[in-house]
Amino acid sequence: MAAGQVIRSEWTKIRSVASTVWTLSVAVVVTIALGMLISALSRSQFDSMPVRDRLSFDPTFVSFAGMTLGQLAMIVFGVLVVSNEYSTGMILVSLAAVPRRAGFLFGKVAVATALALVVAMATSFAAFFLGQAVLGPYRAHLGDPGVLRAVVGGGLYMTLIAVFSMGVAAMLRSPMLSLGILMPFFFLISTILGNVDATRKIGRFLPDQAGSRIMQVVPRLGDERPYGPWGGLGIMVLWVLAALAGGYVLLKRRDAR
Amino acid sequence: MIEAVGLTKRYGDKTAVYNLSFQVRPGTVTGFLGPNGSGKSTTMRMILGLDNPTSGTVTIGGYPYRKLPNAPRQVGALLDAKAVHGGRSARNHLLSLAQLSGIPARRVDEVLGVVGLQDVAKKRSKGFSLGMGQRLGIAAALLGDPQVLLFDEPVNGLDPEGILWVRNLMKALAAEGRTVFVSSHLMSEMALTADHLIVIGRGQLLSDMSVTDFISANSADFARVRTPDTEPQLREKLTSALTEAGGHVLPEQDGALRVTGLPLPRISDLAHAADVRLWELSPHQASLEEAYMRMTQGAVDYRSTVDQKAGLQQPLPPGAQPPMPVPGQGQAGWYAPPPPQQGGRPVPGQAPAAGPYGAQPGPYGAPQGHPGAPGAPNPYAQGQAPAMPAAAPAPAVAPAPAPADLTKTQPEDDAR
Repeated sequence: MAAGQVIRSEWTKIRSVASTVWTLSVAVVVTIALGMLISALSRSQFDSMPVRDRLSFDPTFVSFAGMTLGQLAMIVFGVLVVSNEYSTGMILVSLAAVPRRAGFLFGKVAVATALALVVAMATSFAAFFLGQAVLGPYRAHLGDPGVLRAVVGGGLYMTLIAVFSMGVAAMLRSPMLSLGILMPFFFLISTILGNVDATRKIGRFLPDQAGSRIMQVVPRLGDERPYGPWGGLGIMVLWVLAALAGGYVLLKRRDAR
Repeated sequence: MIEAVGLTKRYGDKTAVYNLSFQVRPGTVTGFLGPNGSGKSTTMRMILGLDNPTSGTVTIGGYPYRKLPNAPRQVGALLDAKAVHGGRSARNHLLSLAQLSGIPARRVDEVLGVVGLQDVAKKRSKGFSLGMGQRLGIAAALLGDPQVLLFDEPVNGLDPEGILWVRNLMKALAAEGRTVFVSSHLMSEMALTADHLIVIGRGQLLSDMSVTDFISANSADFARVRTPDTEPQLREKLTSALTEAGGHVLPEQDGALRVTGLPLPRISDLAHAADVRLWELSPHQASLEEAYMRMTQGAVDYRSTVDQKAGLQQPLPPGAQPPMPVPGQGQAGWYAPPPPQQGGRPVPGQAPAAGPYGAQPGPYGAPQGHPGAPGAPNPYAQGQAPAMPAAAPAPAVAPAPAPADLTKTQPEDDAR
């Protein structure tokens, strides 16, 4: 079975359902709009900020503030791409047509990842430029040290969140269960674990905490994370690979449905 | 050719399929019959490598499905008509499957035409009826022009025209030398479509033979004997005479007797010797449906009980037997609601006097009419027999209770 056939087929599948369009559009709109809003607030509040905060002000990271919500739409996208097959029963037809299950899963993930990457990169750049435009005098430039890395990293981060969700959905199969675990985890639990002293040391190795390091140009004061921007992204990639491997092993072993 | 050897599937402690071995040969339509929940779909999924057998193997052309080279061009399957993404159009659904197997897009339009869905090809399959879903599933199975085809309950939800179309399609595919394996729980449908039958119940093989062999092996010929309705004692007498001679006698609903194990001339001789007049002595063959029911009656998972209507009707007096629907009535679809003139049930207070099987007025028993005997407590029985289908026994309730009743009316040693 040629990989090209699976990829062409998965592309037909992904472009022919409405959920693809609306999850990705929500991700784009929310990320950019919220980023601009926070940028506008930061600009108006800048003068009243404590000196300490002013010194570590990171205009690049501020314009990415929308990603905390935008990533949730990417999670929905990643989960639906995989779990649609199970909730509709289409998995029976798909796996009957692609008996080699590795080909099926990775073909699907490859297509969805490529699409997510294109959208996420565009979103990241748009959020950066629009956010900087709003920040006005406090803006950063793409040519400043570390900024391009952060903007590209923002695109990679959103993509990896979606791929991680695909792996989790491949393991759990049910869209409700997958979303019910991933959404609160990334929206609340990870943030709480990363900010409570007792759990901070563990929390900073969670995929989103580690991965978001790449979007920071000016490290926060007192940042004692033991990894740099790319190190953090590497940790996130390991999480993603683990989720995909788990999904693959379960798909290969389990009955189709 | 599909070949299963010792195929077994357990889900936890529930055994869905047990030690199933069979072969499905090319050039014929092989029917796969069994009651609901008997393991047909599980077996189909194991053939397609979707479920892993707990033990045993199943191969297509000598390969397990997951090792079959270019599987979608060799095997086409309809497993579940609803197994499509409702938001995707019929054409895109088929297109994605075609692209998977390297089939050109024009083939998609071909099969859409074959199944008659060309006009709704661009519509989302969410709005499809079950019958349209079946057609879409059949289109998917035909995409790769495969040599082996599996259809799980393809006629569910189809209208009569669609059923006829599927039947002819199956036959045409088999006539082209393909292997066609069709599951169904409808014996009547399989009798018309299939050349060969594999019957399972509770996941185990009950029968594996050609349709003709199945008919002769399972539907024993019987004779219908009717004694004068006016003299019930003659029937008693004949029953004991026939039983003594080694025959097996079953009362039928309208008062006739169904006799197996004795040739017609012998029945006539015995009746003559016993000095019993006969109003009818006719040869019959049990329907295929009945043979199938008898074969699977022990293996039915979901069985309805007779609606007792407790508290809604007066209890039968001691000694009275409730009417039992007896198979074979009128051959074609004997579980259909009885015709009005036979639709009455014996009414309490009247049955004990009328012989051991209750007094069902036969076609010849007009004078008895309907037992709307004065003082009979059943309000429905007041001379309105023709208009009381609701009070009729199980046959009027649903087809399903009939086989359940079979077990009760037929003793263990019944001709099977």
